[in-house]
Amino acid sequence: MNAPTSPRRGAHASVRHDSAAGHVSGRAVYLDDMPLPTNALHAALVLSPHAHARIRAIDLAAALEVPGVVAAVTAGDIPGVNDIGPILKGEPALAEGVAEYAGHPVAAIAAETLEAAREAAALVAVDWEELPAVLSVEEALAAESFVAPPQVMARGNPEAALGLAPLRLSGEVRCGGQDHFYLEGQIAIAVPGEDRDMQVYSSTQHPTEVQHGVAHLLGLPFAQVTVEVRRMGGAFGGKESQATIIAGIAALLAWKAGRPVKLRLPRDDDMLATGKRHPFLIRYDVGLDADGRLLALDLVLAGDAGNIADLTPAVVARALCHSDNCYWIPDIRVTGLACKTNKVSNTAFRGFGGPQGMFAIEAILDDVARHLKLPLDTVRARNFYGVEANNVTPYGMTVEDNIIERVTGELARSVDLPGWRAAVDAFNASSPVVKKGLATVPVKFGISFNLPTLNQAGALVHVYTDGSVHLNHGGTEMGQGLFVKVAQVVAEAFKIDVDRVRVSATSTAKVPNTSATAASSGSDLNGMAALAAAETIRGRMVEVMAERFGVPAGEVTFDDGRVFARNESLSFGELAQLCWSRRVSLSSTGFYRTPKIHWDAATCTGRPFFYFTYGAAAAEVAIDTLTGELRVLRAELLQDCGNSLNPAIDRGQIEGAFVQGMGWLTSEELWWDDRGRLGTHGPSTYKIPGSRDVPPVFNTRLLADAPNREATVMRSKAVGEPPLMLALSVWLAIRDAVASVGPPGAKVELDAPATPTRVLAAVERVRGGG
Amino acid sequence: MIKGAVRFRLNGQEVAVERTSPTATVLDWLRETRHLTGTKEGCAEGDCGACTIAIASAGGGWRAVNSCLMLLPQLDGCSVVTVEGLGGPDGTPHPVQTALAESDATQCGFCTPGFAMAMFAYGQGGEPADDGLIHEALAGNLCRCTGYRPIVEACRIIAVGAPVAAGDPIRAGTAFGDGSRRFLAPDTLDELTAVAAAHPDAWILGGGTDLGIAVTKRRARPDVVISTARVPELRRIETTGDALVLGGAVTYSAALPHLDAAFPAFGALVRRIGSRQIRNLGTIAGNLANASPIGDTPPCLMALDAAVELVSAAGRRTVSADGFVTGYRRTVLRPGEVIAAIRIPRLAAGQHFVAYKLSKRFDQDISAVVAAFRLTVADGVLTELRAYYGGMAATTARAAAVEAALVGRPWTVSALAGIEAAVAQDFSPIDDQRATTKYRLAAAANLLRRLQMETCDAPAPVRLEAL
Repeated sequence: MNAPTSPRRGAHASVRHDSAAGHVSGRAVYLDDMPLPTNALHAALVLSPHAHARIRAIDLAAALEVPGVVAAVTAGDIPGVNDIGPILKGEPALAEGVAEYAGHPVAAIAAETLEAAREAAALVAVDWEELPAVLSVEEALAAESFVAPPQVMARGNPEAALGLAPLRLSGEVRCGGQDHFYLEGQIAIAVPGEDRDMQVYSSTQHPTEVQHGVAHLLGLPFAQVTVEVRRMGGAFGGKESQATIIAGIAALLAWKAGRPVKLRLPRDDDMLATGKRHPFLIRYDVGLDADGRLLALDLVLAGDAGNIADLTPAVVARALCHSDNCYWIPDIRVTGLACKTNKVSNTAFRGFGGPQGMFAIEAILDDVARHLKLPLDTVRARNFYGVEANNVTPYGMTVEDNIIERVTGELARSVDLPGWRAAVDAFNASSPVVKKGLATVPVKFGISFNLPTLNQAGALVHVYTDGSVHLNHGGTEMGQGLFVKVAQVVAEAFKIDVDRVRVSATSTAKVPNTSATAASSGSDLNGMAALAAAETIRGRMVEVMAERFGVPAGEVTFDDGRVFARNESLSFGELAQLCWSRRVSLSSTGFYRTPKIHWDAATCTGRPFFYFTYGAAAAEVAIDTLTGELRVLRAELLQDCGNSLNPAIDRGQIEGAFVQGMGWLTSEELWWDDRGRLGTHGPSTYKIPGSRDVPPVFNTRLLADAPNREATVMRSKAVGEPPLMLALSVWLAIRDAVASVGPPGAKVELDAPATPTRVLAAVERVRGGG
Repeated sequence: MIKGAVRFRLNGQEVAVERTSPTATVLDWLRETRHLTGTKEGCAEGDCGACTIAIASAGGGWRAVNSCLMLLPQLDGCSVVTVEGLGGPDGTPHPVQTALAESDATQCGFCTPGFAMAMFAYGQGGEPADDGLIHEALAGNLCRCTGYRPIVEACRIIAVGAPVAAGDPIRAGTAFGDGSRRFLAPDTLDELTAVAAAHPDAWILGGGTDLGIAVTKRRARPDVVISTARVPELRRIETTGDALVLGGAVTYSAALPHLDAAFPAFGALVRRIGSRQIRNLGTIAGNLANASPIGDTPPCLMALDAAVELVSAAGRRTVSADGFVTGYRRTVLRPGEVIAAIRIPRLAAGQHFVAYKLSKRFDQDISAVVAAFRLTVADGVLTELRAYYGGMAATTARAAAVEAALVGRPWTVSALAGIEAAVAQDFSPIDDQRATTKYRLAAAANLLRRLQMETCDAPAPVRLEAL
C-alpha cells in the first residue's frame, strides 16, 4: 500500500520502517532479548514506600543471605559522585540520607537469577523516619516550595491593561500528569571491561547523558564509558533523563560485582520510580473587549516538578512559550512555577510543557467564548497572530511563517464544519441522556530545543567499495522512524536506493557529545548532520569522477544509483571502488547546528525556535450525562509537515501522537493516595487508550504544498510532538458536550483528564447553574 | 497418578519439560529457557498483551492467552504457537505479519508480536472482519505508538491464512514439579477432591488469571497448586429448561455463547472482563471464588439468584451466590473444597436481567461501579427487583434500601426522584484510583435511572454503546 512510486526510494517517499520485518517476526532485538555473557547477573531495586522519610539505616544482611545474591549497593557505595543531574545538579541515583518520594530507589541488589534479586530486594530492611510531605501543587505554592526560581515572561503592562479592559474573566483549571507507558520498560545492561572501562547497553533517548551519568557515579573519564542503543520499545521522553537512573544503578552493581549486570524494571517499579508528564495548575486573569479580543492576560502556570529539578525549568519554559498558541495578546505576563513536591520527579514527555501551555490558553478562550456566547472558532479567529502586524510572541520572536489561517481554513472547509455543528446540535435536541460535543483546535508549535546549545548533531557515514553505505548518527530509534528518515536523506544525497543504506546502533563511541533525541528534533538535526557527511563524501567522489572522465566537476551528476559524466557513467559502487583505488577517503563525519536561534533565560526573550509547525483538528465526542462515560466519535486532523521526508512515517506520528494526547486528556489518570503513594502503577489501573477508543471516523491529512520556509533538511518539518496537541480538540469537545446540558453562557468547569468522575461532576455543576 | 514431564507441542515440535517449578510462567520459560524472545514482557499482569501466544488443547481451536500469567504446567497437552512459529518453515511470513508490516502498523515494534498472535487467533476463529469483533479481539493488546488505526486496518485486510492444525493431542500428565513443589492436574473429580483434601493449603487454580498475578507481582510461591481444568465434570455446560449450569472450570469464553443466549446483558458484561486472552483462561467460578469487591460476575450471579454447588472429599453442598461471599476476599469455601458448578436459574416470563459496568476505559478495565438487576414489571409496577452492586462496598452487596424504595411502586421516572438517599443508606463507597465516593454514589443512583429508561422503551439512546 506504500509501494514506491519511483524505482529509487529516497527522501519524500513513504518508505516502510526499516525494522518492520523484524517487528512482525519477533526478530527485532530489544535489550532484554540480547544474549547475556554467561557470568551476567540480574538486578532489582529497593524503593522507598514513603513520600518523604529519613533513612536511619539500611540493613542488607537478610538480602545478602539469599542464595545467589552477589552484590548490593546503596548510596554509600558510590565511588564517584552520587549525582546524575543532566543540566542542573542535585539528582542522586540512589537516595542518600533521605527519600523524597514513594518509589525513590534506595538500594539495589544483583544476583545470579532475577528471582533471587527480587526476593532479596524485598528483604532489605530500611529503618525509616517519616517526615512531613508536600503532596500537591497547592501545598507547594502555600509553602513556597520550588525546585527552581519562577520564570516570568512579560510584555507591556498587563495590570494596567486588565484594569482598562471592558471585560475581565478569571479562572482556574488543571491538567493531569501522564505516564509514558512505553511498552518496553526501563532497562540497561552494564558490562565491565578492561581497566575499569564500562560498556553500557541502555534503552535511552540520550546515550551521551547515560555516558556522563555512569562516568560521574563511577568516577571515570567519559572516554572510558561507552553507551549503545539499537532501538527502544517506545520512549516518548520517558527515556531521556530517566534512563540514566537505571543505567547508572546497573553500572554501579556491575562495578561492585565485577560482572555484567542487567537491570530491567518490572512495570510497577518503572511507574513508581521514574518521572512522568508534569501536572499543571493554571490560574488566569484575562481582559477582553466585547468581541472577545484578548487585551491583557495574567497567567500563572504552576507545574508539579516532583522532588527535584531534572528537566522541569525547561519544561516550564516551553509551557510559557506555548501559552500563546496562535494568539496575539498585547499585554501579557506569564509566570511559570516549578513546584517542589514529594513525588517522583516529573520529566520530559512528548510536547515537553507545550501541551500544558496550550491547554491553558485554550481553556481560557473556551471560557471567554462561552461567557460571550460566541462560537469558540470565532473568538479564536479574532485573536490569531497576524502576518504583517500583531505577529510578535510574548517572548519577542516574530512569527515569520504564519499559516494558521490557511490550516484552520482548509480543515474547516474539508469537514463542512457548519453542517457538522448543525448535526451535533440536532442530535442533542432529541437526546436527553447522551450528549454530543464538537470542537476544533489550532496548533502552533515551536521547533528547536529551548536551550540553544542542545541544537547540534553529529553523524558518521562510510561508503564501502561495493557502494553500500553505513550510517550512524547521534539520534536514537524509539519507533518514530528516525533511522529510515535519515537513511532516506543519505540515499537522496547519493541518489541511491534507501536499501543501500544500513543504519547501525547509536553509540557514544561513534558519534560523541550528542543531544537527546527529543524536542521533535531527531530528523531535523541528525538528518542535516548526515547530509553534511554524505555531501563531503559525494564531493570527493565527484572529483574522482571528474578526473577519471576529464569533465569539470560541475558536470558530474548522480541519479538512480549511477554517477554520470557527460556520456559516461559508473554505478555508485563502481565509483566507490575507483575512489578506493585512488586512495580517496570514503568516510566522513558531519555536523549541524541550528542557525538563527538564541534565548535569554533571565528575561524569557529571544528566538528559541528555528520555525513553527502548524496543525488543526476537529473532534466529536459523546458523553453519558448519567454516568460521565465518554466516547470520541470522530476526529479530523490536518498537520503541517513541510515537505514530508516520509509521509507514511509522518502519518504514523500524527495518529499516534493524537491518540496519546487523547489518553492524557481522557482516561489516563495518575492517582495518589493521601500519603503520596501512586495507586496507578500498572496497566490494570492506569488506562491508556485501547483500539476501541480510537475514533471510528479518524482521518489524517498532511498539509499539501507547504515546504518549510526555513532551510531545514529537504524543507521538511518536525512531527514528533506537535500533533499530540491536536487532541485538545477532544477535551474541548467534551466541554462542549457538558455545556449542552446547561443554559447558554454557563461556565464549564472540567479539569483533565476527563474521567467519568470529572465529566459527571462537570455535568452536575452546569445543570446546577454553573 | 501419572507423574512426569510437562508435554506440549511448541511451534510444531514436541517438547517435554522434565522438572519445572509449579509457578514458572510460560513467558519466562519461553524467553529464558528456549530463547524465544519474540514474546515480550510488558506488564506481567495480563493487561498489555505483549506476551500473547496462541494455544490449542485437544479438539479445540487456537486461543490467544497471556503467557505472563500462565504457568508452564498449564500447557501440558496443548499445542503452542509463538510469533517465531507463525511463519512458514521457509521463513515466509504469516498473512497477519505481512498485513501488519504493509499497513505501517509497527513503530517501536515491542507490542507487535503480541498483536500478531492476537490477530492470528482472531483469524483462525473464522470470525467476520467486523470492527466490533476486531476491537474485541484486540482489546487485550496495548500499543503506545501507532494510535491503532493501521493495526485495525491490518486486521480488516488479513487473508486469514490456511487453518493451522493444532496437531494430535499429546498424552497429558497429572503431576509435575521440581522435586519439592508440585503442580497437580487431576483428571477426575474424585482425584481432585482427594488431592485437595490432602493439601488443604494448596492453591486451587482455575485459569490462573488472578493467581498468576500473585506469582508475578507478589512473588507468591505455593508448595502445591491444584488445577481444576482437566476435570470433565467441571468443564461441562448444561442447559436445562430451568437453568444454565456452568461447571467450576468453565472459562468465560466457553460460557459466553450460553450467557448470550440466556442472559444477553450478562454476556455483554463478560465481554468487558479482561480481554480475550484473559477470558480464554479465566473461569466464572474463579471470579466468584476470589470474592473481590470489584469482580464483575458476582453481582450478576447474585442478582440472578444463582446457586453454587460445592464439592469436597466430605461431600457436596449448595449455597446461594449471595451467601457464598462472606467478606472482603472471603468465602464459605472450606479447605479442600472447590466449586463444582454454578446453577443460574433462567428468567421467568416477564423478568428482565440488566447489567452495567462503569470504568475509565470501555474494554479491559476494572469496574469503578458494576451493577446487576433482575426485575419484573407488571402493569407498570415494579413487582420484583434484585439489585446488586460491585465497587460500592468491601464485597459485592445487595442494595436492600433501593429495592425497598422501589418495589411495589409504579416503575416511572418519578419513582426515582431522591433515590440517592436509598443508595446512600445501602452504601458508603471509598475514594480510590477508580472513582471518587461522590461519583460512585451518584452513578449508582443514575444507573437505576438508566435501568428505568431502558426497561420502559426510552425514545433516545441512553447508552454510548447504542451510538
